[in-house]
Amino acid sequence: MITLEHVYILTGAMFAIFAVGRALDRRSARRWRSAAFWGTYALSFLAGSHLPDLINGMLLMVLVVLAASGLASADAGAPLAERRAAAQRNGNRLFIPALAIPVVVLLVSVFARQLHFGNAALLDPAHATLVALALAVLVALALGYALLRVPLLAPLREGRRLMEAVGWAAVLPQILASLGALFAAAGVGRVVGQLVTQAIPMTNGTVAVVTYTLGMALFTIIMGNAFAAFPVMTAGIGLPLIVGRFGGDPVIMSAVGMLSGFCGTLMTPMAANFNIVPAALLELPDRNGVIKVQIPTAVLLLAANTALMAVFVFRR
Amino acid sequence: MRGVPGGPRCRGNVGAEAMLVLSGIAIVILGFALRLNPLVVVGVAGLVTGVAGGSSLTAVIETFGRAFVENRYVGIVWLVLPVIGLLERAGLRERVQTLITAVHAITTARVLLAYLLLRQITSALGLNALFGQAQMVRPLIAPMAEAAEERHGPITTSTRMEIRAYAAATDNIGLFFGEDVFIAIGSVLLMKGFLQQSGYVVAPLDLALWAIPTAICATFVHGARLLLLDRRLKRMRATAR
Repeated sequence: MITLEHVYILTGAMFAIFAVGRALDRRSARRWRSAAFWGTYALSFLAGSHLPDLINGMLLMVLVVLAASGLASADAGAPLAERRAAAQRNGNRLFIPALAIPVVVLLVSVFARQLHFGNAALLDPAHATLVALALAVLVALALGYALLRVPLLAPLREGRRLMEAVGWAAVLPQILASLGALFAAAGVGRVVGQLVTQAIPMTNGTVAVVTYTLGMALFTIIMGNAFAAFPVMTAGIGLPLIVGRFGGDPVIMSAVGMLSGFCGTLMTPMAANFNIVPAALLELPDRNGVIKVQIPTAVLLLAANTALMAVFVFRR
Repeated sequence: MRGVPGGPRCRGNVGAEAMLVLSGIAIVILGFALRLNPLVVVGVAGLVTGVAGGSSLTAVIETFGRAFVENRYVGIVWLVLPVIGLLERAGLRERVQTLITAVHAITTARVLLAYLLLRQITSALGLNALFGQAQMVRPLIAPMAEAAEERHGPITTSTRMEIRAYAAATDNIGLFFGEDVFIAIGSVLLMKGFLQQSGYVVAPLDLALWAIPTAICATFVHGARLLLLDRRLKRMRATAR
């Protein structure tokens, strides 16, 4: 069976190759620091499941220290004239590998349960989409080699160039998710919930609704994740007040409350994989460029959610 | 899970001890405000929160390391970079540009509006992994949106960056306000599970149905902002000439 572990090994191998590629580049400044960074990340993917927790934690600390000391900047890409000539030569065939990724993800995740090898399922059904993404990448690479005229090592060299353009931000979402686990273990959510409920007098249903939706957004901004905010705000305000005291509908409260949290996600650098990583990926000079564009939409939708809940939650 | 020492005692009134675990949040806010390296800020905040919560430094590093390894799935998306790099080397962006230039009805907003709808609808059908920032926005959507404006002549770097930011934002907004309409997505299951634990049995379908009004609002609000972007781009073209 192809499991998540296999995908981790593939990902780790890719980062290991990036590390070697950087180490071999004699001209580059900071090459050892960068090679060590990607190499450490590779080790975490390749061996993380077998290493003791303390070593995994140490690897994480090494990544943080290396990132803080500054990594090598990405190599320059191929010149425009060369890419134009390649575009002319390759034409619309270029779209086949690009569109193969969503198509293969779709097919594999839809048929994951039907695929068998002997008696065992071919793909781990619990992680079908992640395994599907890895398979889609391999299919797209094969199509790329078959249809386009490119140097053999181009995917690795160009992949490393893009990865180094993203830089340390690549690791940020994973570290933030781990911070969420530490917050949960230390009881941060409970303390914030208590503070909010103590601070605001809940005299009527509308006040409770406004506190709940704004609280969901605010708490999501702090934690970077609406999933972390939902249990805290719902146990603190939603269920005891909106549903318990004022007789609101738990379905409408939860559904619209969660979406209020999503408005918070659009406004925070803590949701790095949605906000900071795309800014790096698109080579925006401003790290918060995506957030700035999202804020007006997020604020308007938060207002819409609050109004929706205030109007409908108490009508049963 | 380790709790705050004396956690149950301070119900009702938050004690000074309990407040200490918020120091991590303070570090995060301060660190981001001072624009320090976020990786360092988050690392320090994690260590401080864990220690303030009553664990030893070694135990905190262990918890951090375990969580980091458990969350490796977040990094799998980087596997697409070699493919994207290959295609860009082979001229994908330039090809997109050539094709877009030939279609006269295309504007930046129309490209992004079409992608917003596509992203919302596919996410609502449970296909939220189909598209994304790395595999769709970087190689195809952002170049299409840029090329639509470049039909009218060269654009400034700041305009290009704004269009790219809008492309990334459109992906996020389409995903967030589409996926909750699907009954088996993580957040809907989280809500159902949490309500069940608290004694309320609800159907995922009802939760998903109540995500539809907000999804429609999102289409209109962000769609309107995209059309405003088109008007602003047009005005900028007029003044530049």
